[in-house]
Amino acid sequence: MAVALDDATVAFGVADNRIYTAVEKATLRVADGEFVAIVGPTGCGKSTLLNVAAGLLAPASGSVRIFGQPLGGLNAQAGYLFQADALFPWKTALDNVAIGLEIAGIARDAALARAQDWLTSVGLGAFAGRYPHMLSGGQRKRVGLAQVLIRNPKILLMDEPFGPLDAQTRQVMGNLLLDLWSRDRKAVLFVTHDLEEAIALADRVVIMSAGPGSRIIGDWKVPLPRPRDIFEVRLDKDFHALHREIWSVLKDEVMKGYAQSAGMGAAS
Amino acid sequence: MTRPVLLLCQVLVAVVVVVMWHVLTTIPMFGRILLPPFFFSNPWDVGSQVYSWFSSGIIWKHLSITLLESVLAFVIGSTLGVLIGFWFARQPRLAAIFDPYVKMANALPRVVLAPIFALWLGLGIWSKVALGVTLVFFIVFFNVYQGVKEVSPTVLANGRMLGMSERQLMRHVFWPSALSWMFSSLHTAVGFAVVGAVVGEYLGSAAGLGYVIQQAEGTFDVAGVFAGMFVLSAFVIVIDVLVSIVEKRLLVWKPVVSDGRS
Repeated sequence: MAVALDDATVAFGVADNRIYTAVEKATLRVADGEFVAIVGPTGCGKSTLLNVAAGLLAPASGSVRIFGQPLGGLNAQAGYLFQADALFPWKTALDNVAIGLEIAGIARDAALARAQDWLTSVGLGAFAGRYPHMLSGGQRKRVGLAQVLIRNPKILLMDEPFGPLDAQTRQVMGNLLLDLWSRDRKAVLFVTHDLEEAIALADRVVIMSAGPGSRIIGDWKVPLPRPRDIFEVRLDKDFHALHREIWSVLKDEVMKGYAQSAGMGAAS
Repeated sequence: MTRPVLLLCQVLVAVVVVVMWHVLTTIPMFGRILLPPFFFSNPWDVGSQVYSWFSSGIIWKHLSITLLESVLAFVIGSTLGVLIGFWFARQPRLAAIFDPYVKMANALPRVVLAPIFALWLGLGIWSKVALGVTLVFFIVFFNVYQGVKEVSPTVLANGRMLGMSERQLMRHVFWPSALSWMFSSLHTAVGFAVVGAVVGEYLGSAAGLGYVIQQAEGTFDVAGVFAGMFVLSAFVIVIDVLVSIVEKRLLVWKPVVSDGRS
């Protein structure tokens, strides 16, 4: 198992010494080479779960194992693609991609050469000298993808990476991701609120309940064949059947999520 | 507005001001001169004073002294500001202990320190440098402190996930962020270095632009005071242009924000 969470509970101290339980007793397994998508309503603790797998957060109880080893501290096997802009704004696209190798002690020339190759494979070969602010949102995500993948992590953690992008760019990025992933099939844990995106990309779709104290309430295998084209796969009969099935469960949670946040709004 | 038109308008403002100044100080209106030349001098006298300073070369000595003091104040003040700002930002406990004293020192009008510095360091350049340092230090200090504190948590987490050690985080994340904040205050810091130097000279010295102005004032030489002010403004503008060039090269990675300066 690439990632194994067992009964992981995550809680934060909030104001007035109260404790907010974000995720309760989550058990999740991601096999090596498997692409798992986590879907859930807004604020359900999907990203929290991802941060636990990354070692950025420690669970209050339960265990996290990475390739069988208990995780203490940061997960060195994982690459993390963030939702927000995470590129170093003071480095060019090329330097942003090369940095992962440079800090690992690889000579700068070699690191830059490999970074250039990676930029080319995400379709940005001609943009090496640009700074992040000179790139579009989609291009920044491409650089981010290259920055993470150049280190060849065994596990890829993605937190709504294409969330801020427009619909067309998301699909293009989805295909790029599948293309890169199919070359060496890393274990992927992909968080999204978009069920269609999840089904189109993943081998398995995991549904979380509305927070607080959200749990994993469903786990579906995606029977669609690979390689997939995200544009095409959405027209598939199986895609629609699965979408309908998962949505019937997810819908209630989404409504609960909305009701809760509306309630919070009224209370404050 | 196109660039040549803009330039023309800017020159026009100067011409109008100088002409009005000339008219009001030399041509009687309603039976008298509205601006007595004793208090307001006139453009011609001021111009010829400036000309004679430069043609005799006497002003270069004063300019170079003021420049030296400003540069030293800037270099020493910003070095201290960067180091201590960085240190405080990484040691929150230390920052908390010193917080009231930092605020107190910053609230103090720096001019009152000038006599102390003159007593301690004499009337040479170092008392002026010290005054400039106290001005520059706080600007750079606060900016660097803020820059280190306000590193985006996502960028920081990204650095960690990419495998950076604490030292590498310093070098690749905190340091560039702090420097970018420092550079964004470069204009202010350099300006204050000059203010420190000139005010220090004005309050007691034997050379420098502040000294020239103070000497002229002491002999009711209004043309000299105005000429000194003119040379000082030109000096500051030249420095500001140089800073802009440096800034442009150092902050290429920053998105251009229109702040009304450019």
